[in-house]
Amino acid sequence: MADDRQIVVEEPAPGEIIAPGYTFGTITDQIASVVLTRRTPLFWFAAFGLGGSLLMIFLLAVTLLMAKGVGIWGIRTPVMWGFAITNFVWWIGIGHAGTLISAILLLLNQRWRNSINRFAEAMTLFAVACAGMFPLLHMGRPWLFYWMLPYPNTMAIQPQFRSPLVWDVFAVSTYATVSLLFWYVGLMPDLGTLRDRTKNPIGRAIYGIMAMGWRGSARHWSIFETASLLLAGVATPLVLSVHTVVSFDFTIAIVPGWHSTFFPPYFVAGAIYSGFAMVLALAIPLRSVYGLQGLITAKHLDNCGKIMLATGWIVAYAYLLELFNAWYGGNTYEQAAFWHRMTGPYAFQYWSLVACNILLLQILWFKRVRSSPTLLFISSLVVLSGMWLERYMIIVSSLAQDFLPSSWGIFQGTRWDWATYLGTIGLFLFLFFLFVRALPMISIFEVRAMLPQAKVSKEAER
Amino acid sequence: MSQPGIYGVMAEFDTASALVSAARAARAQGYRALDAYSPFPIEELTDALHLHKNKLPLIVLAGGILGGLTGFFLQYWIAVIYFPINIGGRPLNSWPSFIVITFELTILFASLAAVFGMLALCGLPMPYHPVFNVSRFSAASRSRFFLCIEAADPLFDAAKTREFLGSLEPREVSDVAS
Repeated sequence: MADDRQIVVEEPAPGEIIAPGYTFGTITDQIASVVLTRRTPLFWFAAFGLGGSLLMIFLLAVTLLMAKGVGIWGIRTPVMWGFAITNFVWWIGIGHAGTLISAILLLLNQRWRNSINRFAEAMTLFAVACAGMFPLLHMGRPWLFYWMLPYPNTMAIQPQFRSPLVWDVFAVSTYATVSLLFWYVGLMPDLGTLRDRTKNPIGRAIYGIMAMGWRGSARHWSIFETASLLLAGVATPLVLSVHTVVSFDFTIAIVPGWHSTFFPPYFVAGAIYSGFAMVLALAIPLRSVYGLQGLITAKHLDNCGKIMLATGWIVAYAYLLELFNAWYGGNTYEQAAFWHRMTGPYAFQYWSLVACNILLLQILWFKRVRSSPTLLFISSLVVLSGMWLERYMIIVSSLAQDFLPSSWGIFQGTRWDWATYLGTIGLFLFLFFLFVRALPMISIFEVRAMLPQAKVSKEAER
Repeated sequence: MSQPGIYGVMAEFDTASALVSAARAARAQGYRALDAYSPFPIEELTDALHLHKNKLPLIVLAGGILGGLTGFFLQYWIAVIYFPINIGGRPLNSWPSFIVITFELTILFASLAAVFGMLALCGLPMPYHPVFNVSRFSAASRSRFFLCIEAADPLFDAAKTREFLGSLEPREVSDVAS
C-alpha cells in the first residue's frame, strides 16, 4: 500500500512523544516487519544463544538438584533461604515495572508509556516465571507444589492461612495470572494486524487463532477500552500488594533486621527501581538494533531515568530509616544486626549495595547522563546488581547472625547456587527474545493512537 | 428488504475524522445496524454510534464480589470448621490474617471476569465473519477506516445504501458477501 506515503503529515505539537513523520501505515510496517519480514539480526542470535546456553546450565543445575536435593546449594542452618529467596525477591521486583507501566501509567494518562508497555509487560511475565522457579525448587520436592493449595486431600491437612508464605502463594499466582491476561488482551488487536499482514499461511493460521477473530469493530473497541481500564484498575492495587506480601515473608518473622513496619513501601519502591533498570537494560539495545529510536525516543529513556532516580531515593531513605530505627528503637538485637551488616562478614556486600544503589545513582541528576543511552545502560546494570545485593543482604545477613551467637553461621553460595541464578537469567533472555521474534514488541495500535492524525477534527465532532 | 448473499455494504475512508462524520451521517439517515472498523480506538466514534453503555463494569464488580466472598469463606471454612488448629489460644476466625488472600482472590476473579466478560460481550472468539470477505478489509488493522451498513437494517436496500455511502466521499464502496 504505497499510497500511504502521500498522506500529508502535520507538524507534531511540541508535546508529542514520538518522532514526527510517522503515519498509521509506517508505524504498522515498522513494528510488524521485525516479526514478519526483516532478516533476524545477528544481535538476536547472539542474545538468544546466550539465553539458550545459560538455560542449559539451568537445566543441568535443576537436574542435579532433583537427583541430590537442595544440599547442593549453600543453604545450611541457620541460613536456609540463601540464594533461592534472594533471587525470588529480585526477579519478582523486576516484574513490577511492567505492571506499573501498563496499569498505573495508563490510569495516570501518561501517553509516553504506549511505546514501551508491551515489552515491559512481557518482561513482567518472564520475570515472574523466573521468580516462581525459586520457591518451587527450594521446596526440595517441587513435584509436590500443589500441597500449598487448599484442596480436598487424603492427608487430612490444610494450608495455614495465617502464614505469610501461604499469602505469597496466592499473591504471586494471582499476579502471574493477571499479568498474562492483561498482556494477552492488549495483544489481541496487534495479533489481528499480524494475521492480516503476514504472507505465511502457517503464520496466518497461528496469529488468526490467537487474535480470536478481532476485526477492529467500534463496538469491540469500546468494550476493549472499558476492559483495559478495569484491568488497569485492579492491577494497580495488585502490583502494590504483591511486593508488600513478599515483604511480609520477612516482617512477620521476629528476626532482627526483618521485623519492621516500613518494609512494604521500601520493597515496592525497590521493586520499581530494579524494574525500570531492567526496562532500560532491554530497551536500549533493542531500539538501536531494530532502529526503533523514533518510537522509543530519548524522552522515554529520560523518563525512565527520572523514575529510577525517584525510586532510588525512596530506597536510599529506607536504608537510612532502617539504621535510624535500629538506633532510636533501642533494641540491642536490632542494633547488632545493622552493626553486623556494616562491619561483619557481609560488610563488602553492604557497602557495595550502598555504592550501587545510592552513590552511583546520583549521576542520573544530570541531563547529559540521562540522554546518553550508553551511560543509562551501564547505570541500569549497576542498579540491577545493587538491588540483587540488597535482597542478599536483607536475607542472608539477618539469618546468619540472629539472637544467639552460638547459632550463628556463614552462608556462601556454591557453584550450583550461581548456576541456578545465571540459569534463570538464561531462561529470561531465552523467553524474552522468543517474544521479540514472534510477537510485536511495541503495541502497534496504541502508538497509532498517539499520532496527530489520530485526533478527530472538530467538524466531525459536531 | 435485504438481498440474499449480502451481509452489507462497506465504505472505506482515509481518516478517522471522515469515518466519524460518515458514521454520524448514517445515524442521521436512520440506519441503526451499522458498525465501524478502525485500526485504533476512536472515542468520538463511540459517541457517533451511541455505544456508551456496556455491562462490563457490572460483570467485573460481580466477579470481584464473588472472588472476595470465595476468598474469605474458603479460609473461614478451612480454619474454623474443617481443619481447626489452636495456636497459642488465638481465635480460629483470625480474620485480619485472612485479608491478604481475600484481597488476592477479589482481584483474580475480577480480572478473569473482565477478560472473559469482554470476550463474551464482543462475541469472540469468532472463527468467521463476513467483513473479512472484502479484500481491502485487511487494511482495517493497518491504516484504513471502514463503515459497514448491514443488510439486517430495516432501511437497507443494496442500491440505495450503496448510493448513500458513495455520497460520503469514501475511497471505495464495496458489497460484503455473507
